[in-house]
Amino acid sequence: MLQLLDQSPIKERQAPPPGPPGAGGGPHTGKVRDVSQADEAQGEWVAQVLRVAQKGDEAAFAELFAHFAPRVKAFLMKSGAGAALAEECAQDVMATLWHKAHLFDPARASVATWIFTIARNRRIDALRKARRPEPEDLPWGPEPEPDQADALALQQESTKLGVALARLPDNQRVLIEQAYFGDLSHGEIAKITGLPLGTIKSRIRLALEKLRQAMT
Amino acid sequence: MIRHHLNDALLMGYSAGQLPEAFNLIVATHISMCDACRARLESFDAVGGALLENLPDPVEDMGADSLEKVMARIRQTPPPPAPKPKPRGGVFPAPLRDYVGGDVEAVRWRSVGGGVRQAILPTARDASARLLYIPAGMAVPDHGHRGMELTLVLQGAFRDEVDHFGRGDIEIATEELEHTPIAEPGADCICLAVTDAPLRFNSFVPRLLQPFLKI
Repeated sequence: MLQLLDQSPIKERQAPPPGPPGAGGGPHTGKVRDVSQADEAQGEWVAQVLRVAQKGDEAAFAELFAHFAPRVKAFLMKSGAGAALAEECAQDVMATLWHKAHLFDPARASVATWIFTIARNRRIDALRKARRPEPEDLPWGPEPEPDQADALALQQESTKLGVALARLPDNQRVLIEQAYFGDLSHGEIAKITGLPLGTIKSRIRLALEKLRQAMT
Repeated sequence: MIRHHLNDALLMGYSAGQLPEAFNLIVATHISMCDACRARLESFDAVGGALLENLPDPVEDMGADSLEKVMARIRQTPPPPAPKPKPRGGVFPAPLRDYVGGDVEAVRWRSVGGGVRQAILPTARDASARLLYIPAGMAVPDHGHRGMELTLVLQGAFRDEVDHFGRGDIEIATEELEHTPIAEPGADCICLAVTDAPLRFNSFVPRLLQPFLKI
């Protein structure tokens, strides 16, 4: 069972059914254990962010830092930052994580996704010096007690998306990495098609709709 | 009910942080009005998250004392004040209000003829953003464009050779499209229009005026 639920205020709910029948079978059986381990890790990161948000838990923050700060630094260096600037910005990103932990919504994003958005914004400030206006916030933050089943399902979809990306043909995956890490023009981005986003998209849509219903 | 949405390339470019500022503005404004595109954007953000999570080892080591430095900063920094709730319910969503300095009544319009008015918004010069005010029933001069033009309806509606566009709808017009948007009868139409190249009017006089109108 995922660690997601330990000491978190997430409502008790029946765990959702495992993935579609046969998802573990076929030629990728060898991946199954990896996927369930990755799911478990996703749940662990969610629990750590919630601990930071609710208790200012420094040990949980240290674990998040050890895992994500080097990735953020690598992301910034791939985007053209020197080592010193990347180090400084990665520290900024992690400090932002601490201060904004209460805004993290596990029904709408994985921890990696949420950190990616913070790192991207920091990169735009530091490297491109261009403004990137943000959409209007929804008129509410995350639910005070996020629904466990929704959070779990979203984290599982995030893992699946990672696996699907890893399985893309090399040339396509390289283009996507360039789009996110490097500098791909809008015209070049337009040529990238066929990203496997279907399920995660509907999952996020569902979470948004439930939020609107719950809060209005 | 929004029927005309952002395309994947714009959403991915916005998620990756690769769009010009004027494009960022129109994408953020549309998403403020459209949950479908907000969900699609967040799924593109998930791609960025998956790439970050799966960066090939070795990732970059942090400095030896970096965690201590960050903890020291966190302890010294008071938690940021909760952002003031922004006013809601106007014509312009929050990202656009930030550029205008208010809602519709704060716009400083300039006439461009035929009852049509515009206001250019301050963005980086790699693309341009302007508000258009088209009185009900009036047409925007027939024009093509050298690059891509995005038009987002904020009030009223317009129709052109492609379709009908109401509040929240965004038209993505490529270089090939020569169209004449006409405001539908009823309410005056207000749009946010963004181009990555100057507009090219087809009739002679507007083309002469173009440098003076800054479009």
